[in-house]
Amino acid sequence: MVSRAAWLYISLVVAATTVLVGMTADHLAPIPHPVFALVTLQVLFLVCDSVKTPLTARQTMWSPSSSATLAAVVLLGPLAAALVGATSLISMKRQPRIAERFFNGAMHALSGLAAGEAYLALKGPVGFPHPGHFRFIITAFAAAAAVHVLANHGLIWGIYRLNRGSAELRPEGLESRLPLLLASDLGYACLGLVIASLWEIMWWFSAALVLVPLFVARWAMGQFAEQQRAYAATMNALCQAVETKDYYTRGHGDRVSRGAVMIARQIGMSSDRTEAIRYAGMLHDVGKLGVPTQVLQKTGPLTEDEFAAIQLHPMRGLEIVREIGFLYEALNGIMHHHERIDGCGYPMGLAGHEIPEFARVIAVADAFDSMTSTRSYREAKSLETAVDELRRGAGTQFDPLIVEAFIASLEHETWPLPAPAVKPADLAVVTVQDHDDPTAPLRVVEVP
Amino acid sequence: MTGGTLAERSAPDRIAYWQAVDSGRLLLMAAAAMLVTAAFAGSALAINSHHINWRAALAFGGFIAFGELLRLALPGGREAAPIAMVGAMSYALLMSLPGQGVSRYDALLVIAVSAIGMTVGALPHIAAGRSAGLTGMCARLVAVACVAFIFRPIVSVRFVDEPWEFAFSIMGLLVLFGWLVETLVGALIRADDVGARFRVAVRDEARLQWPLGLAVGASVIIAVFGAKVLGLMELAIFIGPLLVTQIAFRRYAAIRATYLQTVRSLARVTEVAGYVEAGHSRRVSRLAVAVGRRLGMAEPQLLALEYAALMHDIGQLSLRDPIPGGATVLVSQPDQEQIAHLGAEVIREAGVLDDVAELVRCQAWPARGHDPAPPLGSMIIHAANAFDDMVGSSTDRDRSVAALDRLRIDPATFDPGVVGVLAEVAGRRVPSRL
Repeated sequence: MVSRAAWLYISLVVAATTVLVGMTADHLAPIPHPVFALVTLQVLFLVCDSVKTPLTARQTMWSPSSSATLAAVVLLGPLAAALVGATSLISMKRQPRIAERFFNGAMHALSGLAAGEAYLALKGPVGFPHPGHFRFIITAFAAAAAVHVLANHGLIWGIYRLNRGSAELRPEGLESRLPLLLASDLGYACLGLVIASLWEIMWWFSAALVLVPLFVARWAMGQFAEQQRAYAATMNALCQAVETKDYYTRGHGDRVSRGAVMIARQIGMSSDRTEAIRYAGMLHDVGKLGVPTQVLQKTGPLTEDEFAAIQLHPMRGLEIVREIGFLYEALNGIMHHHERIDGCGYPMGLAGHEIPEFARVIAVADAFDSMTSTRSYREAKSLETAVDELRRGAGTQFDPLIVEAFIASLEHETWPLPAPAVKPADLAVVTVQDHDDPTAPLRVVEVP
Repeated sequence: MTGGTLAERSAPDRIAYWQAVDSGRLLLMAAAAMLVTAAFAGSALAINSHHINWRAALAFGGFIAFGELLRLALPGGREAAPIAMVGAMSYALLMSLPGQGVSRYDALLVIAVSAIGMTVGALPHIAAGRSAGLTGMCARLVAVACVAFIFRPIVSVRFVDEPWEFAFSIMGLLVLFGWLVETLVGALIRADDVGARFRVAVRDEARLQWPLGLAVGASVIIAVFGAKVLGLMELAIFIGPLLVTQIAFRRYAAIRATYLQTVRSLARVTEVAGYVEAGHSRRVSRLAVAVGRRLGMAEPQLLALEYAALMHDIGQLSLRDPIPGGATVLVSQPDQEQIAHLGAEVIREAGVLDDVAELVRCQAWPARGHDPAPPLGSMIIHAANAFDDMVGSSTDRDRSVAALDRLRIDPATFDPGVVGVLAEVAGRRVPSRL
């Protein structure tokens, strides 16, 4: 869905581009075969544009096409830069929406034009770069590259702002990736000047030559994305393996992970941290494997020793995952997810904001999933009851802000309720007392 | 030295540097030292010559130092310095700078400048307590020297005046040649280091290095022609795109490392849960990888083998009660196969590790008389697992000899070829590294 405001914005950008390009009483620069050069750069732009790759796991796209536009700025001038950018209109990417196509074409044309004008304004000489003019070229080119990147991202940012409500166009965590994105854009913008300087010697071949490192970089990015997917899948499978032991808690890690991510988004965590908390949520109970089965199965009150074994499971979990090259924070989240705001939790008895943020987030998602799942001693509670329980625990067990953020996020995201637990005929073990359940605290034998 | 594919770099098992210096390394370092000595002597003699463009030497030296600073960790504990390589190679292949005619300087100057640049760039690594990466530096230096010795004497007006295709093709060939030298030297060192066969090591190295080599080669040619038009400032501009490419590679290498760390760590859940003895999965994977490598397995297969060996006991998580002592060698054949099957199911769940799952599934099959025959990797895991079940973390030689004898008398279950290599590898186990 494209909102009405976004439609207006797109039409404005397209109209402005048409008018501005029309007004540019410019002609192609005096290099030999300017039309040939223009077409080559347009092809280069299209090729670069079609190798767009995801810069992060899902969202921000990255494309080195700015190098073609900026080469046109130096070699041929602003009008040519706008024409090169406008090729985005016929980009070979699958773009279902005609609006997006038009917007992209106009946006690239407009930023190309702006860069070209900036270059001219700073007395950058158009044509083959000459070492004698280097001083002028370099300042003018730096300005052109900066203007290009700014115009590009400014225009995209506008459309994202207007379309914030619709999920399709919203780039999660664009803001946190922005420095990397800007840096890589500027880095590849430099290639524009390189292409322009080689043009005098090797013509179109300079564009082809420049594509080689670009494709290698793209290959590496692709490998990165592939590895990341494989990593997530493997992690999932291993976490499920850990949970097979106890059929009541199957899927617990996955749901806690999703809950933690919901909260993380709600409180505006950066995408790196969101990614880390996803894994922390998944792995938070891994240490439960170290708790002897008979303790998990015990129906009566626990002895001090047995309770201690349960209290130790966050530390056990930490022991297992410590060597993973995680964010430090994820480890903290796993270790402290049973601390309470009032300081009565375990293993360290931290209170208030001594408890790391990750742990406070995971604690809420953890308790909520426990309450909304079926246990051997009770049926699953309804979402409303569980929300009330969270509210009751806010300030004593949970961080009130996190609880509110979670409840707010429940309003626009559906909670992944577990499938009703059916006792399977395999070798699974049953947890009788759930240490995560805030409504049924573990009973410990009173020491006389 | 034994060691896992990617295990060499983890801190606890790093051994003293000089212990690791073996004949191949020594040869390489001697060659590099000779080159550097000759280069400094030669350059010192030529120091008053008018041919030396000190600004160019300084610019390229700085570029190389910067590149050496930004080394890139590649899978398998390798290290590359692509930006330094671009700098050094372009200095070796420089044709001309604007307004100065043909650049005439000696190959020895190239070597001297590269050596100084690399050393300066390595200093911060040493200061930060990382390894100096001397071997990699020497390999790069030798590759640069080979190219410079060919190109510097033949550079002439022809390169500047003839159509660019001429210079381009010569340079393309030389860049390829330099890449081959670096790859061969790298493979030689690697084969020495980890006990791989040389041919397998060359193939592994080539497969891993070609994308980066391609990017470096194209960048060198771009830099040389760019410098011809715009002069030394071209280098400053060109660093931008090189950096972005490097970032892409860095992210790729980082996620691969994290992946392996994660599998390694999570494979320990069976230990924490008391199903197997502490350190079992890691020891089995070390042994299995060492055996696989000596049997000529290539790196992608070794990686699958390492994953499979790490996770070979994951099926035990589905058992109600741990097997006493965790030794699967003691349970009945159908039970062993059941555990293997359950483990394979878990791994197949991931959807991306089917080859690993297959190795885990077949790990308990007897080497002879099973139809279909188990894959080599499974036979290796079978033997390594049985060996470690019997020996454990003990370093008692008698115990490992007894265990090997136990494996040898059962050639129907444990492949004699695998057991033979296992005996070699286990005999070479250095206790402190396990």
